[in-house]
This record gives sequence, structure tokens and C-alpha cells, in this order.
Amino acid sequence: MLTSQTKSNEIEFGSCNKDLLEEIISYGIGLGADFVEIFIENTDNVSVLAEEDNITSVGPSFGRGAGIRIFKDNRDGFVSTNDLSKHGLITSVSQALEMLDITDRRNREVFNGLNKHRDYRISKKTWINEVPSIHEISEKLLVSTKSLKKNIKIITRKGSYSRNLQEVIIAASDGTYASDIRLHQTVGLNVIASDAQYRSNGSRRFGSSGMPNEFRFWDHEKAANNVFESSMNMLYADFVDAGQMPVVLANKFGGVIFHEACGHLLETTQIERGTTPFENKLNEKIAHESVTAIDEGISEGSFGSLSVDDEGMEPEKSVLIKDGILKKFISDRAGELRTGHKRTGSGRRQNYSFAAASRMRNTYIAKGEYSKEDLIGSISDGLYCKSMGGGSVGATGQFNFAVEEGYLIKNGKLTNPVKGATLIGDAKEVMPKISMCGNDLELAPGFCGSISGSVNVTVGQPHIKVDSITVGGR
Amino acid sequence: MDSKEITTQISKAADFLNVKKWDYGASFSNDYSVQVDKGDAKQLKASQKHVLTIRVWNESNLVGITTTSDISESGIKKALNQANIASDFGNKNESTEFSPLAKDPIKVKDFKKRNPVGIKKLLMLLRDAEVKLIKSHKSIKSVPYNGLSESFFERVYANSDGAFRSYNKSQAALYLYARAEEINKKPRSSGSVKLGYGVDDIDIESCIKEASNKTISHLNYSPIKTKKYLICFSPEAFLTIINAFSSMFNARSILDGVSLSNKNSIGEKLSTEALNIYDDGLHEKNISSSPFDGEGTPTKRLCLINKGKIENFIHSESTARIFKTIPTGHAGLGSKVSVSPDWIVVEKSNGDYDLKTSLNHLNYDGEFVYIEELNAIHAGVRASQGSFSLPFDGWLYKKCKKISIESATVAGDIKYLLKNIVNIESSQEVTTSGISPHIWVDELSITGDA
Repeated sequence: MLTSQTKSNEIEFGSCNKDLLEEIISYGIGLGADFVEIFIENTDNVSVLAEEDNITSVGPSFGRGAGIRIFKDNRDGFVSTNDLSKHGLITSVSQALEMLDITDRRNREVFNGLNKHRDYRISKKTWINEVPSIHEISEKLLVSTKSLKKNIKIITRKGSYSRNLQEVIIAASDGTYASDIRLHQTVGLNVIASDAQYRSNGSRRFGSSGMPNEFRFWDHEKAANNVFESSMNMLYADFVDAGQMPVVLANKFGGVIFHEACGHLLETTQIERGTTPFENKLNEKIAHESVTAIDEGISEGSFGSLSVDDEGMEPEKSVLIKDGILKKFISDRAGELRTGHKRTGSGRRQNYSFAAASRMRNTYIAKGEYSKEDLIGSISDGLYCKSMGGGSVGATGQFNFAVEEGYLIKNGKLTNPVKGATLIGDAKEVMPKISMCGNDLELAPGFCGSISGSVNVTVGQPHIKVDSITVGGR
Repeated sequence: MDSKEITTQISKAADFLNVKKWDYGASFSNDYSVQVDKGDAKQLKASQKHVLTIRVWNESNLVGITTTSDISESGIKKALNQANIASDFGNKNESTEFSPLAKDPIKVKDFKKRNPVGIKKLLMLLRDAEVKLIKSHKSIKSVPYNGLSESFFERVYANSDGAFRSYNKSQAALYLYARAEEINKKPRSSGSVKLGYGVDDIDIESCIKEASNKTISHLNYSPIKTKKYLICFSPEAFLTIINAFSSMFNARSILDGVSLSNKNSIGEKLSTEALNIYDDGLHEKNISSSPFDGEGTPTKRLCLINKGKIENFIHSESTARIFKTIPTGHAGLGSKVSVSPDWIVVEKSNGDYDLKTSLNHLNYDGEFVYIEELNAIHAGVRASQGSFSLPFDGWLYKKCKKISIESATVAGDIKYLLKNIVNIESSQEVTTSGISPHIWVDELSITGDA
């Protein structure tokens, strides 16, 4: 709610900053910028760590800052600062203009003032009072770590919680003027099991956006059971034998393979760099016909959902691949400017100190028609990847993923647990090999680190079968 | 507000809140960076950033903490108040105190601060570097990952017991990652990173040459058979693996039960007697050196492995007290203080040991795999289990001829790796993360596509 119309010399959260924002944008446009964007944020975060049966760390943090981006032709200059005074913001604009070495100061662009304020905060202002207190968080984490104490083989137990509350104001010379409040909560459990020379880990993470009460409803007992079972199943596991084999990837976080192997290559930042093999493949087949893939920011409560992206655009549901055919790229403002692909509401950044870039939100492979048993039953000798660890994709599209919990498949049945597996491949070669998709789509929260910092995302998929992939092992 | 004023403001606010014991760490930085794309400026960045972390001790001597970027008077008051509230949840089972060394003299006097060269010069230098790198070979089509930056920062530690120390420094970095393409072949990419105290200290020509040579050397590639190989780790790759498993020397990790070592591991034999490993944050070649850690403890050289045996662990104030020793200058600043290594130096110890000295990466004519660079460390290392499975860039050598390996991973166990070191070459190389010679290890598993 806009509570004041007084002209201020400093950005004030909760007040109307329109005049000040317009003055700063006018200053930039008047000095020859093609486009001026201001992103301002105010954060209020807390993290809590429980180890064994004690709270060992409580870390509140808060901060404020602004990121100012100026475009001239295809170039952009970005300046970030903690100084939210008029003087500080004008200085930042001047610095960005100077960096771009703008000599032609005749106005080519016209700034007609900011549009009507789109205030997405209205129903969210009470969130800060609704989220659990540190006391409440601590109590639940301690109950959770206690739940992990199921036998003497569990040698370390950890529970962690973090809450990020971010208020943003976005204003730009095309009239964009929006404010929002974002709330992300995440909670994770982690154990190490040990017996003689054997060791294993188990971990799970859960997360939500925009749901202040979600942590209260989190089923810690179920989560603890999952983590415990995973660590016990893997404790005596043998190392997997390396080689080429068919694999079945589990649903939920199994979707990290699509996120890393293909999703990043569909961001326009990759086209700008010339590092995606899919650049000229729009409307061509890039995956098996069983694959339909989506990136969206609109699923209620999902970790990658947004009311408005960091460039002031409402997120859309983007069908990236339809029945194996490439249909769309994930684009932001710079991506549209430099590659021609329309913005998709995917301009995202970790905080004010990063310029927004095209980034994934909730990204998943759509469900197919098969059961998990159908997929496993179709393999005589392969690997079932029940839980995936992290992964990465290199500059030439090669990817790798650690398998946290894996089982051998023999004659269509799951057999022994195996550890130390890594899936290695190349997106262009693997996508056509996803031959079967299950009917059990589920999503899982995660963090994605890339050019504009670490952002909250959701990965997801049903169970999928990859006909052949290199499995690294011993 | 400068660091002296911040100290005064914190002191005033602490008096107001009746907080008797506090400390803080702060950093104030100005950073400038450029990226280019085929001769054009792509993104030019500048940032002014403050980060202030305040800890307070309440009447029960429990610690609370808050971090903020708001260093206004009201921001400092709010941070101190929040830290005070958080202290109600302080860890009753493991207390934190001021470092007993927080007032000890700092050895480093010259903090190597250079003047800014400015965005225009950064841009000109990077444009030139990009052009030269593309022109260096017909197969190099672009430099998709590139950047030149300079940073100027001040770091401060102070506490209510009168400790105050700060330093001003500058640092510059250049990275160039080229992409080469040839018809009917997969694109190949490699690069180089150089650091300096200022932009003028960076050897740009050697960065271009290194990026070009590395990229070109991977043009002729072939898949490799899956089996166990004799391995030669480049200095950079060996330092990567040692850093990834540095929890073996980390007292915090030992107390948390996530290390392969335990309290009694001092003296445990891990490797050949020929191996020495030090942590030497103040080494003259360490551009990122800091004279003190997050708790104000002076940084120093510490022997981690002496003649193959664990000699010391790295400590914060609290872990040192538990282990009945002194802090080593490796602490962060937190309610639960993290501990991490600074700059690893690997050496061949003095003496005549049972090494296969005929193994030299420049002239050994048998079959071996040379691992140039390990990738995706965050995904492929299980530090608490000791296992790793990592993709790498490298070559297969046979009879002194080398061919780039198309795509492969190396997997194993860190203790097995250290025990199976069969040679440590004499000559050390300086990298961005430390110093090491080439290290030879027998019988590690490689997974390839052949």
C-alpha cells in the first residue's frame, strides 16, 4: 500500500518512491541511455542449525541495496550500491553512464514516467508476522534431529532451516513499476552413518515459496525416516562398476539431470555466448518424442515461483520442448535484446548486486504413461538412480551428476545398492535417449548457481528411462 | 562511515543495550569488472558493498550474531539488537571467546594496494586479449567466458577488549576460456586464470598463450577405455583434490564428525615420507593473502603433513581450546565459527625415499593419464566418506605422444590416493590456489566412453 506521496531524498520501503525513481530514471535517459532499470531490495533473513540435540547456530541477517542497469545499444552497464539515497542512486547512474562511454547525449529514447504501480505486496505484508519464530523453528528442528536417532550407526545428525524475506521495488524507463515481497523457506535433514570402515550419507531438503505456515506443516517424521533409510541402504553398498548402461532416474530431484543437461542450454545467456548446441534448433527435434518439458514460475508455493520476475514481468508458463520438438528459449530483457527471443518472465538474480539474467524457475519433464515398474522392468542390466546429488554442465555442454542413492537393475528387478556412481554425458546426445516417461511427476526444491548468482528453483520429472549413458564408477 | 567510526558506533550502541562483550568483522569493497563479446563490451559492472557481522555475548556468555549491509547508525543499532536477541539461542555446549591472539602483532606490513586503472582500460585490455586469443588459432571461434576485474577492499576486526586491526588491499583477476570448433568434431574448451594485486601486475600475454595452448591441445581427442591407470596430477589438479578433502586437517570438521580424521589422528601416516603439505596463507605468491582471520588471529604458515604423517590441524579459537592448543588463523566469524585452509603448499620432503623418480611428465615414455584439471568438485566429492568421482580434462600419454581424452571421470578414495603416491616431481608450480609439484599416483579408476 502506498502510504505517502511526499517527495523523499531516500528510498523508503513501504512508501511511495515514484517521484524519486522517475527523477533518477529521467537523469539516465537525459544523458543518452537507451534504457534505465532500478532494482531495489530490502531483506530480512534468518538461519538456524541444529546438530545432534543442540541448536548450534542462529544467524539473522538483514540488508538493503540497489542495482542499476543501463543499456546503450547492445551493451549494458550495471552498478550496485548499498547507498539508497538520491545522491547515491544518481551517482550510480552516472557511473554506469560513464562506464558505457556514452558520448551521444541527444535523447533518442523518451521517458514518459512510470506506469501505475503494480503492488504485489498487498496480501503479503503480514508474512513477516506469520512465519515461525526462532524459538518455534528451534524446537521443531530439535524434534527432527531426535527423530534421526534411530540406531547407533547414525554418528551425526543435522537439521537446518533458512528463511529469506525479500521486498523488492522494480522501476524502468519503459514505465515498469512494481513491488513485491518474496518469502522462501527451506529445511533440510542430514545424517552420516558409520559402521567399522563403512560410511554413508543421507540427506533431504524441502522448500516452499510464499507460504508462511508451511514449515509448521512439514512432516519431519516422514522426512527423518526417508533420510535414515537412505543412509542405511547405502551403508554397506559396493562401488558401482563403470560403463555404458541404461538407467532409470527417479522422479522429483531426478529432474536435476534435465535442469543441468538441457535447461541451462535453453537460457538465452547461452545463445549470447554461443555455447548452446540448440541455438538454431527452434521447431526441430532435439529430444525423444516422449519428452515434453516445461519451465514456469506460476505453480503456487513451488520454490521457483514468482509473482513478478526481477525485471518487473509476470512469469509465464513456457513449454520448452513439446513431444521432442524445441519450442521456446528462456529469456530475459538482455536476451530479448541480443537474441530476439521474447521475454518469458525469467529475468532473475540472487540479489541487488547481480544484474538479472535468463534463469530457470520450476522446470520439469511432463508426465508420461508408464509406471515406475514398467521402466525398471524394461531393463535387463542397468542402474536405478533413486536419489541424485549435485551436478554441473561445462562450457561445451558436457554434464555430470553424482548419484547419491543407486541400485543395480538385473532382469527387470531392483537388486543391490551401489555407491560412487556419476552420470556423464552430453545434452545433445542424451535427450534423444530418454525413451520412457513415467506417470508420477513430482517436483523438488533446489538452488541453482549461475551468472546472476544463486536462485531458488524447482526441478522435477516423473521416473524416466535413459536408454544408454556413461556411468562413472570404480 | 569508516571503520573507526563503526567501532565507536557499535561501542555506543552496546552501552545503550548494556552489552558488555562484542566483536565485529567488516569488509568494505569497490569492485569493477568487464566482459566482452567478439570485440564489443558486453557487461560492465561496478559495485560498492559493505558487510558487517556483529557478535555479542549475553550475561550467560552465550553468543548471538547478525550480519547486515546497512552500516548507518540505525542499521548498526538494529544489528546489535538482533544479535543480542539471537544470543538467547547461543550454543550452551560449546562456547566461543575472543581469540587470545587477537591483539598479537601482525607480521605483514605491506598490503600491496594498487591504484584503479578504471573501466575504460579494463575494457581495452580485455578486448585486445579476446582478439589475440581468437587470432591465435584458426579453430578458436570465440571466448565465451571472459572477464577482467579489479577490487579494492578494506577488512576490519575489532572487539570490546580493545583489539582493532584492519588492512586495505587490491586484487585483479583475468580469466579467458576459449571455445574451439572443427568440422565433424565436438567443440572443445579450455582456459586460463591469472591474478595480480593490480591489473598492471597481470601477465595478460601468458594468460592468452596458456588459454590458447590448452584449448588447441584438446582438439585431437579420443575416448578412453575404462580401466585403472597410472596417473599424473598437474599441480592445479592435485591442489584441487587436497582442498576438497581438507576436512582431514580441519578441527571443526573433526568435532562435527564429518572428517576422515579424529582427535587422535596427529601422527597418523597418510602417505609416502616424501610428502610434505603446508598451509601458508602469507606466502608471497598468494595474491589473496589476509594477515588475520575472522577472529583477528594472525595468519601463519602451518605444517599439515610432515613426511607423510599428519602434523597439525587448522583451528579457530573454540576448536583450539577444545584441542588444548592455540588458534591457527583459519577461522571465519560466526556464532558457530567455520574453519578453512588458506593456501596449500605441497613439497617433496628432504631425503632419499622410495619414489619412482623416472616418472616425469615431460619425458616418461610409458602409458599414463595426465589430469590437467578436475571439474564439478561440489558434485563428485564425498569428503566425509573419502570418496570422489570427478570429470576431468586431460590426456592419455603413450610413448611420449599425447591425445586429449574426450570425456572421462577419475574415481577413488583420498586415503588410497595418498598412500599410492609413487612420485613427487622436484619442481613446484605456482597456481591460483597454491603451490605443488606434479604428483604421480598408481592405479586409479578412469571411466571413459571407448
